Amino acid sequence: MKKIINKESDVVEEMLSGYLEAYGRYYERISLQNAFLFKGRRRGKVSLVIGGGSGHEPLFGGFVGEGLADAVACGNIFASPNPQTILETAKAVDEGKGVLFLYGNYAGDNLNFDMAEELCEMYDIKTAHVRVWDDCASAPKERMQDRRGIAGDVYLIKIAGAACDAGLELNEVLRVAEKARDSINTIGLATSPGSIPGVDKPTFELEEDEIEFGMGLHGEPGIERTTMKPANELVDRMYGLIKKEMDLQESDEVALLVNGLGSTTLLELNTVYFELSKHLRKDKLKVHDAEIKSYCTCQEMGGFSITILRLDDELKKYYDTACFSPYYARGEIS
Amino acid sequence: MKTMNIEQTTDLLIYVCDAIIDSKSYLTEIDSKIGDGDHGVGMSGGMEKAKVALQARRPFPDVNTAFKTMGLMMLNTMGGASGVIFGSLFLSGVKNMDTITELDGEKLTQILRNALEEIKARGGANIGDKTMIDALEPAVEAMESCDNKDLSSLLGTACIAADEGVENTKNYIARFGRAKSLMERAVGYQDAGATSVAIIFHAMVEYVDAL
Repeated sequence: MKKIINKESDVVEEMLSGYLEAYGRYYERISLQNAFLFKGRRRGKVSLVIGGGSGHEPLFGGFVGEGLADAVACGNIFASPNPQTILETAKAVDEGKGVLFLYGNYAGDNLNFDMAEELCEMYDIKTAHVRVWDDCASAPKERMQDRRGIAGDVYLIKIAGAACDAGLELNEVLRVAEKARDSINTIGLATSPGSIPGVDKPTFELEEDEIEFGMGLHGEPGIERTTMKPANELVDRMYGLIKKEMDLQESDEVALLVNGLGSTTLLELNTVYFELSKHLRKDKLKVHDAEIKSYCTCQEMGGFSITILRLDDELKKYYDTACFSPYYARGEIS
Repeated sequence: MKTMNIEQTTDLLIYVCDAIIDSKSYLTEIDSKIGDGDHGVGMSGGMEKAKVALQARRPFPDVNTAFKTMGLMMLNTMGGASGVIFGSLFLSGVKNMDTITELDGEKLTQILRNALEEIKARGGANIGDKTMIDALEPAVEAMESCDNKDLSSLLGTACIAADEGVENTKNYIARFGRAKSLMERAVGYQDAGATSVAIIFHAMVEYVDAL
């Protein structure tokens, strides 16, 4: 595998350093940790700390910024950050109003963030957490808490960041964030594997003409492996699944994200949205906002996901506020 | 082999680090089958850092500090589920124990029992969930029920139990981690975490037998 890296063990450190060198006007590194904060963050509010494994860029670090997360704790490749890094990150941005941790629902993240919350308690930092579990292919509805977090992170960081900026107390930020979390669903499809930088073997194997519905971001098996089909058939199937999952009804107001997993081109992603838009019109959904980009990736993994956020007036209010990071911007001037 | 002094225990821990570092690609391969393939990289990365710390900070005032150093390095460098779980294996085992300057079979058994309890409490896994517990719990139980408290005998028994535990994980559906979503498709494959536990026990007995 050709990969533009130096030593495998330095990958995360060097990637972070590059990002922080380039965007140093926005960010400041947190003391000796693989973590950084947004220098222009609003003060005197609940702090939003996000985190997760590296290798999914622009998630998670690319979502630290104005109206977004205040800081990020970065783990090794596809591995959660450690408790010490998370603690230092929380300490660096806590304003005495508490810290909301937002991360994907994976065994490693849960263990490390739980431990970090215990450590925060020793420093009298109030904490709460929301685990993102938007991937409706990763477990049935009855086992919602077994589901993984994927591209839905984007919407949740946006809304939680806005709720923090609005000056809500920790318990209110938590309520809004949980409501947003429960209004987001994602379904993905993989066409080719990603890789761990420095590891020659791909993260999973798919035949040239095969795809897998519902495959996880790290190659976790999905719900069905089948042969490659035209875009309309792929989207029909995926939209059908997510519509049923969310019980979408006429005139429901939604935001949509077609997210590329790494190597899938904008040409393909736009084609996906073209197909998706037919369903949206047919079902008379009110599209409040839509986006086609690669936010939640797994190196050169091929495929895409469709995320739908169902909005009510409260969520829309937070969704609509302006925000900015080098990779994500919403609002008047974006 | 009745006991090990602080220096020998430090060497033992470094030997364990090397065994995991050497198993990087093997663990990656096992984890790639049903996990996300990061176990080998994560474990060997943590062990490399632990080894550096053990070498740099020796001699230690007691066995406890050597174990703690290893556990903390893993916990604070690895991340992932393995960082907490395997960090705890070394860190929490000695947490409430009196200062140890000579490590004997009974004390090592106690350390591993403490660690097992902490890991179960933290991660919530039990036997049959296709995790490292499937190797660690039988190994600890085998040590506890072994009449001969010689380090070599104890660790030899633990190895057999851990290996059986690894074999058993092939029969299980995973209840934790990324293999969970595979359901019955995970059957037939061994758990990478349990494999690491077995590697750690084999390394310990190898070191002790070579003394």
